[in-house]
Amino acid sequence: MSEKRRVSLAVNGTAYEETIETRLTLADFLRHQLGLTGTHLGCEHGVCGACTVLVDGYSVRSCLMLAVQAGGSDITTVEGIAPSKDELHPLQEAFRDNHGLQCGFCTPGMLTTLVEFLRDNPSPTERDVREAISGNLCRCTGYQGIVDAALDAAQRLKGQDRTAGPDGGESP
Amino acid sequence: MSAPPEAPPRPSAIGAHVPLIDGIEKVTGRADYTADLDHHDALVGRIFRSPHSHARIIKLDVEKALALPGVIAIVTGNDCDVPFGVLPIAQNEYPMARDKVRYRGEPVAAVAAMDEAAAEAALGLIEMEVEELPAYYEPAKARAPGAVDLHDDRPGNLERDVHHEFGDVEAGFEAAEIVREEVFNCGEVTQVQMEPNASLASYDPERDRMILHTCTQVPYYVHLHVAQCLGMDTSRVRVIKPHVGGGFGHRSETLNFEIITCILARAARGKVRMKLSREETFLTHRGRPSTRIKVKIGMTKDGRMTACACETTQAGGAYGGYGIVTILYSGALLNAIYDIPAVKFDGYRVYTNTPPCGAMRGHGTVNVRYAFESLLDLMADELGLDPFEIRRHNLLEAPIETINGLMIESYGLPECLDWVEQASGWAHRRSNLPKGKGLGLACSHYVSGAAKPVHWTGEPHAVVNLKLDFDGGVTVLTGAADIGQGSDTVLAQLVGEVLKLDLDRVSVIANDSRITPKDNGSYSSRVTFMVGNAAIEAAEKLKGVLSAAAGRKLDAKADDIECLGEIYRVRGGQGPGLSFKEVVAEAVAHEGTITVKGTFTVPRSHQGGRYRGAGVGPSMAYSYAAVAAQVDVDADTGLVTVEKVWVAHDCGYALNRLACEGQIQGAVWMGLGQALSEEIRYFNGLPLAPNMLDYRVPTIVESPHIEVELIESIDPNGPFGAKEASEGALAAVIPAVANAVADAIGLRLHETPITPDRVITAMVRSAREARRDQPGIGDAA
Repeated sequence: MSEKRRVSLAVNGTAYEETIETRLTLADFLRHQLGLTGTHLGCEHGVCGACTVLVDGYSVRSCLMLAVQAGGSDITTVEGIAPSKDELHPLQEAFRDNHGLQCGFCTPGMLTTLVEFLRDNPSPTERDVREAISGNLCRCTGYQGIVDAALDAAQRLKGQDRTAGPDGGESP
Repeated sequence: MSAPPEAPPRPSAIGAHVPLIDGIEKVTGRADYTADLDHHDALVGRIFRSPHSHARIIKLDVEKALALPGVIAIVTGNDCDVPFGVLPIAQNEYPMARDKVRYRGEPVAAVAAMDEAAAEAALGLIEMEVEELPAYYEPAKARAPGAVDLHDDRPGNLERDVHHEFGDVEAGFEAAEIVREEVFNCGEVTQVQMEPNASLASYDPERDRMILHTCTQVPYYVHLHVAQCLGMDTSRVRVIKPHVGGGFGHRSETLNFEIITCILARAARGKVRMKLSREETFLTHRGRPSTRIKVKIGMTKDGRMTACACETTQAGGAYGGYGIVTILYSGALLNAIYDIPAVKFDGYRVYTNTPPCGAMRGHGTVNVRYAFESLLDLMADELGLDPFEIRRHNLLEAPIETINGLMIESYGLPECLDWVEQASGWAHRRSNLPKGKGLGLACSHYVSGAAKPVHWTGEPHAVVNLKLDFDGGVTVLTGAADIGQGSDTVLAQLVGEVLKLDLDRVSVIANDSRITPKDNGSYSSRVTFMVGNAAIEAAEKLKGVLSAAAGRKLDAKADDIECLGEIYRVRGGQGPGLSFKEVVAEAVAHEGTITVKGTFTVPRSHQGGRYRGAGVGPSMAYSYAAVAAQVDVDADTGLVTVEKVWVAHDCGYALNRLACEGQIQGAVWMGLGQALSEEIRYFNGLPLAPNMLDYRVPTIVESPHIEVELIESIDPNGPFGAKEASEGALAAVIPAVANAVADAIGLRLHETPITPDRVITAMVRSAREARRDQPGIGDAA
């Protein structure tokens, strides 16, 4: 049968030491071995973006990456983007409030992609947002609610930074 | 002396921007779709599919596959000889093919195995021997004399022909001062809902019971067909719908894999999980058929329509499905948008050796609307009329019964036109756009629930149960399928509004056939209207129970009790009244746990005429939409870019503005895909693009800003005046884009999608014709 490897990695802040089949994709590992089913598989070949997770802070299509390749990495899935169990990430709040979701299937991939994007681009234009998620397909919304949500989230994140004190605030 | 207590300020639960009540589950990844359900103890199900388009099965040998270690069960067409299909009058599909296969990808057998590898290996060992038959991918070939019939009982491969004539068509065309006829062709499209298909079936062999979790829009139909095909009493089947990742009509009928999963689970005496690949999801199809539309309109010189004749041919695929309804919709909704005194419709639904088509968003109406609105613009041009003007000359006046028996009681199309004209800056911008840019307009409409259910059992069209217990929480029990459109949310809103309660107090439990009342499902935009009305009735009854309880405590008649949600008091009285919890305690003490039921039935007056086929088209209310699109056409590449869309949609009353706007944006956007890039093409019956890379759904980069205006015509029968908001605008988008392209390049394409190759071909041909027509040029060469 297929070969297995012993792999250490962190997922949403928890360290795991797992035996993983070498052919298992990261998506299937997260979903089936760790039970993190918030990562969705829409197309199975890297087109739709629903399975996007963050590997060491960078967005990755987990259907195109083998789980064993994630050895030593720090992985964040949609289940891990909120700051705590009691609160939502501003992006999550903004998606809900702006109707950036309908069926919700593409939502996890949209959120993880935008977590990375807004971290690197705290003041995006609408055009920037559209380019940032051009690799994520949504079949319900026509994307407008998603764009609104992303821009709203950028504002909310800035507000958080300002309340965080001088270090977190924008320069005047 | 104390003043009467003030009602606590409470925002209305309707008419506002209300986020989906399951939004938190969806943004945290906690929403469970069928593939997410626990399946550690389930076998892996896989389907063996036909590699042939049309063939007689001579031999199917599964012995080698069954002998493979880890393979628990294999089932074939021999395991089910009962056909299914959404229309009781047209059931001709077996879960797995029996004597013949009729399209590439049709299920022939299925395997349940311990793991993926064993299931995959087993598929490779199934041997099928066939006698190939001629296969037909286009209606003309399927209808040609001598063609082999796909189904013995449908000679000439004609599933259904419809010939309807209302009004005096001949006189109408005679009265016309201008008559024009054009032919349009629409490519086949499919839903591509984000969630691939999945089912989880659990069979209890000791009790002979089946529990099926599946990604459906119609749990009730699935329930019926599983019981029917497995020969089980319906009481032994339980169907549960988890979160569903979109539908758009793909899931508005029972699909073969759902029944196959159950057949496998019973054969394996246990639990089977079936997750289809994206390619298999494409093969399951149920999209919009490729359609040829010949449409003829007669008008007076001032643009008043006198008659319309339309001939429509659809390549329906290999099985019946919704086909008869699809072709009937194509004709029925030629009416109910404009005032046309005479309409003739000839429709042909043809069997082809391709995956079956179905009830895709805007069911049956979309392609005909594209052809009609395109011709309307051509004639406006010929008469020197503005596209708005010609449409305004043909408006209806509600209330009215159309010539084909449809009742229209609210009609916001005039307001839709006014808004789109203003917002798009039509009057001053259209003639002043730079070269290569154009503006186009079109209108469309749709039903708010089919007035005649598919299964005519005589029951109410919708039932909602409410439960209220000691805890003071109101539970809405509904069979309506939330597939992302937000039906759970709107039902909670309606109940909250009637009872004046915050949504915090209202929970929705939906789609478990053991617990929730039957519902026909989420299709024909029926849920808000029909189930919404049932929810209002249930909530009114509950308010009556609570008012009676409050009356007993306050020594007043129930009629004199004022419900303020968290407070019940005597109207005009001085006392503080009772808290909601106190009223609930009294009501429960009186009769125990309270359950009430609300129902809704479309009255006979709104169920259509008495001719054959009259059951398709009638609805208690119709939505209306006007769409303007601005496009840019690249003269070098032929690429059409939609720069902006303005859409006004008459949704009666916007119960949830956020959800209405979202649905309308989504409908417009889906129309853009069909207009510009989406097309299912086949090579010898093999789909050329059964994946999300090659089947071109627009990305966000190709998606313009869509400006939405909600027109509220307040329908007299809708829940608080509401009508549908999710399908009606789609059909107008395609002709609006086509009309804008014609405005931009002065050429009209008669085909969708309007791809760069088609645009360039048309531009080159036109340039060549212009050169040829120029005297002298040819001679000089």
